[in-house]
Amino acid sequence: MALKGTIEVNHKYCKGCSLCVEACPQNVIALDMEHLTPKGYHPAMLIDEGCTGCAICAVVCPDAAITVYRESRKKKTK
Amino acid sequence: MIEMEVVYSRPESFTPTTTHYCPGCTHGTAHRLVAEVLDEMGIREKAIGVAPVGCSVFAYDYFNHDFVEAAHGRAPAMATGIKRVRPNNTVYTYQGDGDLASIGMAEIVHAAIRGENITVIFINNAIYGMTGGQMAPTTLPGMRTTSSPGGRDVETMGYPVRMSEMLSTIDGTSYAVRRSLHNPANVRKSKKAIRRAFEVQERGMGFAMVELLSSCPTNLKFTPQQALDFVGDQMVSYYPLGDYKVAPEVKALKV
Repeated sequence: MALKGTIEVNHKYCKGCSLCVEACPQNVIALDMEHLTPKGYHPAMLIDEGCTGCAICAVVCPDAAITVYRESRKKKTK
Repeated sequence: MIEMEVVYSRPESFTPTTTHYCPGCTHGTAHRLVAEVLDEMGIREKAIGVAPVGCSVFAYDYFNHDFVEAAHGRAPAMATGIKRVRPNNTVYTYQGDGDLASIGMAEIVHAAIRGENITVIFINNAIYGMTGGQMAPTTLPGMRTTSSPGGRDVETMGYPVRMSEMLSTIDGTSYAVRRSLHNPANVRKSKKAIRRAFEVQERGMGFAMVELLSSCPTNLKFTPQQALDFVGDQMVSYYPLGDYKVAPEVKALKV
């Protein structure tokens, strides 16, 4: 099973340029037309399951607005 | 046990401010790559950046380390002074094409001729972004800008300047490469080049420049993605990507 991931978009920085939407290999990012950022843009958001945490969205993001998380199967070390 | 680990987060070398760049402008990407490299190398505390005049004029607000603002085009001259007085600091300039290839042509060429131990990040977006999309020295032949509305006519307006090729002919240059920011793979390659350019300076090997092909969606009148496609389709063919000069000792560097 592919590792699951998720992204968090910081609305303070996101300018809705949609470069991450175009770059996402899984096509699970879209602009959130329901909300506006403090600057007045529609921010990017995760719309579906299937994010693998590949971080390609973060690689193309010009505003470093995206934090990417991915599941890791590391055992907890005490 | 499944845990969520952070794969990517905003670099520490950034201040928590928003940038004034237009949505989709790859200046932000270039800033981010520099910030990531400074974080990875652990040299943020001793880094001194020199900002140009142009769109990136406010770069000093965005980086969480020492920054100075140079007169238009004079960033390499200022960086020379800083590096000579404070040789233990990491000094880099961040310049656009209007700054480096136009008004600052003499400064960059002579900094390279002297083999100054500085790192230069050169953003080539083929247009003057800050002043409203006028023709730059790097504007492609036939490209429409506000000051060349019929397209750049090379008969009267001259030919675009290829800076990496030009600086590679100078003996003082240790590292001169061209990369592009138009897709994820090329962004990753750009980061590696920036890393190497900073390693060159850390080891005192001389002048290093990374030219980054960049997009200007606002003045090209494209969407951000179309602007990146323009870079990939049109600019890369005029400005071929590649390593124009890598000194043998730089080639031996393991980064």
